[in-house]
Amino acid sequence: MCDTCGCGDPEIVSVDVHDKILAGNDRTAGHNREHFRERGVAAVNLMGSPGAGKTAVLEATARILAGREGRPHTGLRIGALAGDLATDNDADRLRAAGIVSKSITTGSACHLDAAMVHRGLHDFPWRELDYLFIENVGNLVCPAVYDLGQDVNVVALAVTEGEDKPLKYPVMFRKADLVLITKIDLLPALPDIRIETIASALARVMPKPAYLPVSARTGAGMDRWIEWLTRLPRVARDPAAAHAAAHHHHHA
Amino acid sequence: MHEYSIVESLLARVDAEARARGATAVHRLSVRIGELSGVEIGLLATAYETFRARTICEGAELSIEAVPAAWACPDCGEAIARGVALRCPRCGVPATLTGGDEILLDRIEMEVP
Repeated sequence: MCDTCGCGDPEIVSVDVHDKILAGNDRTAGHNREHFRERGVAAVNLMGSPGAGKTAVLEATARILAGREGRPHTGLRIGALAGDLATDNDADRLRAAGIVSKSITTGSACHLDAAMVHRGLHDFPWRELDYLFIENVGNLVCPAVYDLGQDVNVVALAVTEGEDKPLKYPVMFRKADLVLITKIDLLPALPDIRIETIASALARVMPKPAYLPVSARTGAGMDRWIEWLTRLPRVARDPAAAHAAAHHHHHA
Repeated sequence: MHEYSIVESLLARVDAEARARGATAVHRLSVRIGELSGVEIGLLATAYETFRARTICEGAELSIEAVPAAWACPDCGEAIARGVALRCPRCGVPATLTGGDEILLDRIEMEVP
């Protein structure tokens, strides 16, 4: 109210908020992360362009972990939530490869958010897994913006995508803990593409550049990828205590 | 086009703040968007124009401050230039982002009767 003359003008109040616009998503992501840590599940957010080879990498990973590539059976259990705009194709491929998997159909949404992942966990046996892969929607822009509660971000970048891809999509690559340079079996057909040039582009957008050249088709480099995965911490905390301390929440 | 979902979150947040204070209208929103946040300012403005109709922000101007990306050495504080490896040439340690990844709601100017 105007104090001077009593004319009845409303008052303009300036409220300082200084908060993240996506604070709600971040809270849900923190909640997912708490779930994963209390169960000792390593959650990997796998991102990359459409066709970068995300699903193929997971198929090959499953074959290796299950001892089907001449390697010993590891006993490690992996599962995947596959973000897909309209189909269940990726989840179907993953299931055929022996990966417990489920689609998160996003409709027109170009990315997964933490609430979609949380809903995806319902009716999904994620607690029995050692690794939960969250295969994000094929897109090098939008998925980078949303925390899902993952432990690590892995970005698949195919050698056919061009050496300067990291410079064009710095937001995505800055957030990557590891870049899988995929489809290296195609390098003989791509005389102008050099891994060193891709690596130098990565160093200009990733403060701690980490990359592994792999081929899901031939299995080249896959051992180092598996080794990288096995170094991720997967120690279950006391479930009851951890969850109660984090928040009050009920699952249907 | 995740800018639409950013605007939805923004409008929900502003609506909650306005209700909590019994505001009848919102006059202006001030947000800060970093160069490396993954949000396109032009698309954000367009999404806001589309979605503000019939919300408490219908008549509110959106003021967007663009924040440039800035990298520095966490040890010596030296700024790291663009276009080079993100590593301090002197200390050899990875650079840290000191600004430019924010997606922030700074301020709401609202009308309280």
